Amino acid sequence: MLDLTWLLIAVPLASSLVLLLAGTRANPWGHWLGVIASGSTFVVGLGAFIQMLGLDAEERSHAVHLFSWIPGGELNLDAGLLVDPLSLTFVLLVSFVGTLIHVYSVAYMEHDPNRRIFFAYLNLFVAAMLLLVLADSFLLLFVGWEGVGLASYLLIGFWNQKPEYATAAKKAFVVNRVGDIGLIIAMGLMFASFGAVDFATVFAAAPEASTATLTATGLMLLLAATGKSAQFPLQSWLGDAMAGPTPVSALIHAATMVTAGVYLIVRSAPIFEGAPAAQTVVAAVGAFTLILGALIGLAKDDIKKALAASTMSQIGYMMLAAGLGPVGYAFAIFHLVTHGFFKAGMFLGAGSVMHGMQDQVDMRRFGALRTAMVTTWITFGLGWLAILGVPPFSGFWSKDKIIEAAFVGEGAQPWILGGAALIGAGLTAFYMSRLFFMTFHGKARWTDDQHPHESPALMTVPMIILAVGSAFLGLFLALGDRFSHWLEPVTGHVEHHEPVLPIPVIMTATLLLVALGVWGAWRKYGAADVPTTAPTASLATVAARNDMFQDSVNRGVFERPGTHLTRTLVYADAAVVDGAVDKQAEAWSRTGEVVRRAQNGQVRSYALTMLVGLVIVIFVVVQGVSKPCSRS
Amino acid sequence: MSFVTPEIAWAPLAPVIIVLGAAAIGILIESFVRTPATRRIVLLTLSVVSLVAAAAVAAVQWATLDGAGTIVLDGMMTVDRQALAWQIVILVFGALGALLFAARTRAGEEAFTPLGSVAPGTAEETLARRKGFQVTEVFPLALFAVGGMMLFTSVTDLIFLFVALEVFSLPLYILVALARRRRFLSHEGALKYFLLGAFSSALFLFGAALLYGATGDTNFVRVSEGIATVTGLDPLILSGAVLVMSGLLFKLGAVPFHSWTPDAYQGAPTPVTAFMAAATKAAATAALLRVSYEALHGLAWELSWLIWTVAILSMLLGTVVALVQTELKRMLAYSSIAHAGFILVALAGFPADALSALPFYLLSYGLATLGAFAVITQVRERGEDGTVLGEATRLGQWAGLGHRSPWLAGAMALFLLSFAGIPLTAGFVGKFVAFSAAMSEGAWPLVLVAVIASAAAAFFYVRLIVLMFLTDVPEGQEDAVEVDHSPLARAVVAITVIGVVLLGIVPGPVLSLFENAGVLLLGAAG
Repeated sequence: MLDLTWLLIAVPLASSLVLLLAGTRANPWGHWLGVIASGSTFVVGLGAFIQMLGLDAEERSHAVHLFSWIPGGELNLDAGLLVDPLSLTFVLLVSFVGTLIHVYSVAYMEHDPNRRIFFAYLNLFVAAMLLLVLADSFLLLFVGWEGVGLASYLLIGFWNQKPEYATAAKKAFVVNRVGDIGLIIAMGLMFASFGAVDFATVFAAAPEASTATLTATGLMLLLAATGKSAQFPLQSWLGDAMAGPTPVSALIHAATMVTAGVYLIVRSAPIFEGAPAAQTVVAAVGAFTLILGALIGLAKDDIKKALAASTMSQIGYMMLAAGLGPVGYAFAIFHLVTHGFFKAGMFLGAGSVMHGMQDQVDMRRFGALRTAMVTTWITFGLGWLAILGVPPFSGFWSKDKIIEAAFVGEGAQPWILGGAALIGAGLTAFYMSRLFFMTFHGKARWTDDQHPHESPALMTVPMIILAVGSAFLGLFLALGDRFSHWLEPVTGHVEHHEPVLPIPVIMTATLLLVALGVWGAWRKYGAADVPTTAPTASLATVAARNDMFQDSVNRGVFERPGTHLTRTLVYADAAVVDGAVDKQAEAWSRTGEVVRRAQNGQVRSYALTMLVGLVIVIFVVVQGVSKPCSRS
Repeated sequence: MSFVTPEIAWAPLAPVIIVLGAAAIGILIESFVRTPATRRIVLLTLSVVSLVAAAAVAAVQWATLDGAGTIVLDGMMTVDRQALAWQIVILVFGALGALLFAARTRAGEEAFTPLGSVAPGTAEETLARRKGFQVTEVFPLALFAVGGMMLFTSVTDLIFLFVALEVFSLPLYILVALARRRRFLSHEGALKYFLLGAFSSALFLFGAALLYGATGDTNFVRVSEGIATVTGLDPLILSGAVLVMSGLLFKLGAVPFHSWTPDAYQGAPTPVTAFMAAATKAAATAALLRVSYEALHGLAWELSWLIWTVAILSMLLGTVVALVQTELKRMLAYSSIAHAGFILVALAGFPADALSALPFYLLSYGLATLGAFAVITQVRERGEDGTVLGEATRLGQWAGLGHRSPWLAGAMALFLLSFAGIPLTAGFVGKFVAFSAAMSEGAWPLVLVAVIASAAAAFFYVRLIVLMFLTDVPEGQEDAVEVDHSPLARAVVAITVIGVVLLGIVPGPVLSLFENAGVLLLGAAG
C-alpha cells in the first residue's frame, strides 16, 4: 500500500478531470463518482496506515519516487512522495473528513444545476491537498499549495453570479498570493544556501547553516503560513470566504486547507530549530491571532462568520504550539486533528440549520431550534463541548496540552503566551456558547415564512459520525500518549518539561474560565431575550464586528499606496516605456521610410537591411577576432 | 575518362526516399484523379501515411543503428542519431501540418485559393471558385519540402546542403502564395520571401565558394581539416564562414536576416505558416548545428562573436517589436524571431549539450507553434449576413474568446504560456535545457539577456490571455467573430496540447532519448 500512495493524488485528480470534461452528461452520476473517488483515497490511506503500524518506529518514513522531472544539470528536480506518520495523519484526516463532506454535499447541493462541477472542484481540492502533504520537496509542496489555493478560489466563488461572492473569492486569492511570495522567497533562500529544495537535503544541511539564513527562511515560511492559515496579518480573507457553499467552509476553511500553514511549520521543524527568533515570532503570531479571532467571534451575528473567527482563533492555538518547538509540535498536530473533526461537524451543523431556515445566517433570527432539529442540536452540542475543552471531549485533551505547553519556558515568555492561551479559552467558551444558545435555545425569533425541519439522512449521518469523533477521538488518541508516540519519528522524542505553574492549577484555572464564559453567555443569550436587531454598541464591539478594521487597515496601508504606486507605474509605463517603444517603432518606420525613398521598393529595403546587417556582423567578427590578446 | 558509379547505401536513405517518392506519386495523382474531393482525400491519406511510415523507418534505424552512424553517398551525407532525431521531429511536424492543410471550415471552405494561376479578383477566379476547384498540389509540395528538410539535417557537403536548401525552399515559396483570402497580401509575402531567399542563397553560395577557395573542398570534414591547417586570421575563411552561417540564419529568421518573417507569416495561408514556422526552424537549426560542429568547429571562438551579436539582436528586436503588434500572426512572427535568438543562445561557444538540448527545444517550440496557428485557423470573422469570412487576426477581435469557447482559448493560453516558458509547459523545459547548455560554456551574460528577454516577452503573451479571458466582448461586437469547428484542426490542437503538457510534466524520457542524439558521427566536438 505504501508504494500505491500515488493513487491518493491520481484518483481524485482523474475523477475531477472526468467530471469537468463530461459536461452535463455527468449530471446523473457525477456526484457519486466524486464520493467514490474521495472514499477510495481513504481506503488507500487506511491501508498505508495499517501497513505502517506494522513497521518499527525507525522505518516509518517511506519515500515514493514518482519520476525525474528535469534530470541532470545543476538543479536535479525529482517528483516524489514522502509517507511518514505526519503526512499519513493528514492523509487520513483529509480523506476521512473529506469523504464525509462529499456525502453531505450530495444532499446539500441537490438543487444546484452545477452539482457535478462542484464535485469536480472538491475532488481537485482533495488531490491538491494530498499532494501538498505528501510532497517530498518544497517545490512539489508548492504545486499542491497553489492547487488548494486554486480549488479554494473556485469554490468560494462557486456561486459567482453574486458579485460580492466573486469579490470574496478574488480577495482570498490575492491575500493568498501575498503569502505565496513568502514560500517562493523561502525556496530561493534554500536553493541559494543548500543547492536544493527537497526535504531530505535541506533538513540534513540545515543544522550547519547560519542562524541568519535560517531565520530569514523561517520568517518567509511563516509569511506563507499566515496567508494560507488566515493568521495575523493575513487573516482578513477567511471571513469573506464564507461566501462559498457551507460544505466548502467545513472542508477547506475549517478542517484541512487552512491548517496547511501549521503543517508547513511543523514539517520545516529542522529550519526553525536553528532559528529561535523565528520560532518566537511564530508563537507570538499564534498567540495574537488566537485572541484576535476570539474577539471577532464575540461580536459576529452571522453564524458562519462567527465559526470562521473561531477557526482563526483555534489555528492560532496550533501556531502557538508549533512555535514552541519540539515540546509543542505533537500537540499542534493533535489539536489540528481534533479541531478538524469538531469544527467540520459544527460547520455541517450550521449548514443543516441554514438548509432548514432557507439560507438564513443571522443568529438573531434563530433560537429554539433544538426542538425542530434534534439531531443537529445534539451533534452541534458535542462539537460545542469539544471546542470548549470540557473533559472528556476531544478538545480538552488537545487544547489543555497546548495551554500547559505554553506555560513552559523561562522569563516573561511563558507568562505572556500561557496567559494568552488561558484567556483565549475563556473567550472561546463565551462566544461559542453565545453562538450555541442563540441558535438552539431561548425563544424562536424566526421570520414568518420559516418552517425549520431536520435535514435528510445524507446530511445528518456525516454529522453524527463527526460528532462521535468530536466526543471520543481526543480521549482515544490521548490515552497512553498514543498520538505523541505515533508522531515521534517526525517530531522527535521530547523530555517532559515542567510548566511555570503546577499542571493542576493551570487545568483548574482553564476550566473555571470556561465555566465562567458559559455562564455569562447563558445569562445574556440563553435565559434572556435576544433582540432581533444588533443593539448599538461600544467602540470595541463595533471594531470586532468589522473584523478589527482589518480591511480598513489593508486599504490604508497596502491598497492605497499600492494603487498610487500602480498608477505611477502605469503612467511611467505609458510615458516612458510605451513612449520609448513607440518612439522606437517610429524610428524604425522612419528608417524604413528613408530607405524606401532611397531604394524605391520595400523588398529592396529588406535586402538592404540584410546587407547592412551582414556588413555589421562581419565587422564585429573581424574586430573581435583581431584583438590579439583576447584569443582564448 | 571513366565514370565510377558511387556505392550507395540505400537503406539509410529510406525515410527520405519514402517521402520524396510519395511526393512524386502525389504529382501523378494530381494528373490522373479528376474529382477534387477524391483527390484531396487520397492525397491527404498518402501524405500522412508516407510521413508516418518514414518516421517509423527512421525510428527503426535509430534502434538498430550500428555504432555512431553511417556515411552515405561517398561522404555527402551522414545518418547518425542526431540526423534521425531531427528527421523524426520534422516528420511529426509534417504530419500535423498535412492534417491542418486538409482542414476545412463548416461551410466546406479550405485555406487555399481555388486556382493559383489566376489574378486575384478576376472573373476566372470567381468561376474557379464556383466550379469547386481545389489546389490539391499543396500536399505533394509539402512532401517535397519535408524531404528537402530531412536532407538538410543530414547533409555533410556544402554543395549538397545548398541543393537541399533549395529543394525545401522552392515549394515553400509557392505554398506561401496560395492563400484563399487576402491574396494580394499572400502574393506580396511570397514574393518577398522568394526574393530575399534568393538573396540569402546567393550569400550562402558565395560563402561556400570562399570556403572552397580557402580549403580546396566542400566536404564538411575536409573543410574543417583545411581550417585547422591555417594559422592566424584568414579573411577568406572568416568571410566564407560568416556568409555560410548567414544563409542558414536567414532560414532560422534571426536578425538581421529576419525581414521576410512577418510578411511571409502574415500573408501565407495559416496552415502553411504553422508548418513553415515549426519545420523550417527545426531544419535550419539542425543544419546550423551540423555546419557549426562538423565544418566550422575550428572557428568556434571567432564565430561566437557572430552568434552573440545575432542572438542578442534577435531576442531584443523580436521581443520589443512583438510588444507593439496588433496583428496576431505578425505578433507570433516576431515572437518566432525572438525564439531564433533563444535557439542561438544555446549555440554560443558550440557546447556539446546543445546537440541534445536543441532538438528538444525545437520539438516543444514547434508543437506549440503548430497548435497556436491551428487555433488561429478556427477563429473567424462573421459577415453581416452570418457567413463565415476569413480569420480574425486582429488582437481586439479575440476579446472575450474565453467565454465563447473556453477549450479553444484554454489551449491557446497553454501554447502562449509555453512560448513564454512558464513551468509545467514544454517551453519551460526547452528553455531550461537550452540555457543550461549555454551556461556550460560560460555564456552567462547571454543567458542573462535571454532570461530578461523571456520575462519581457511573457508580457505580450499574457496580454493575449488577459484579452481572451478577462475582457468582455465589446458592445455590438458579439456576432462579429465566430469559432469554427473543423475536426482536423481540432485534432491538431488536441495532439499538440497533449504534447506540450506531457513534455512539460514528464520530459524525462524524451530528454534522455535526445541525450543519445547528442553525438555526431564526424563531429570534432562533443
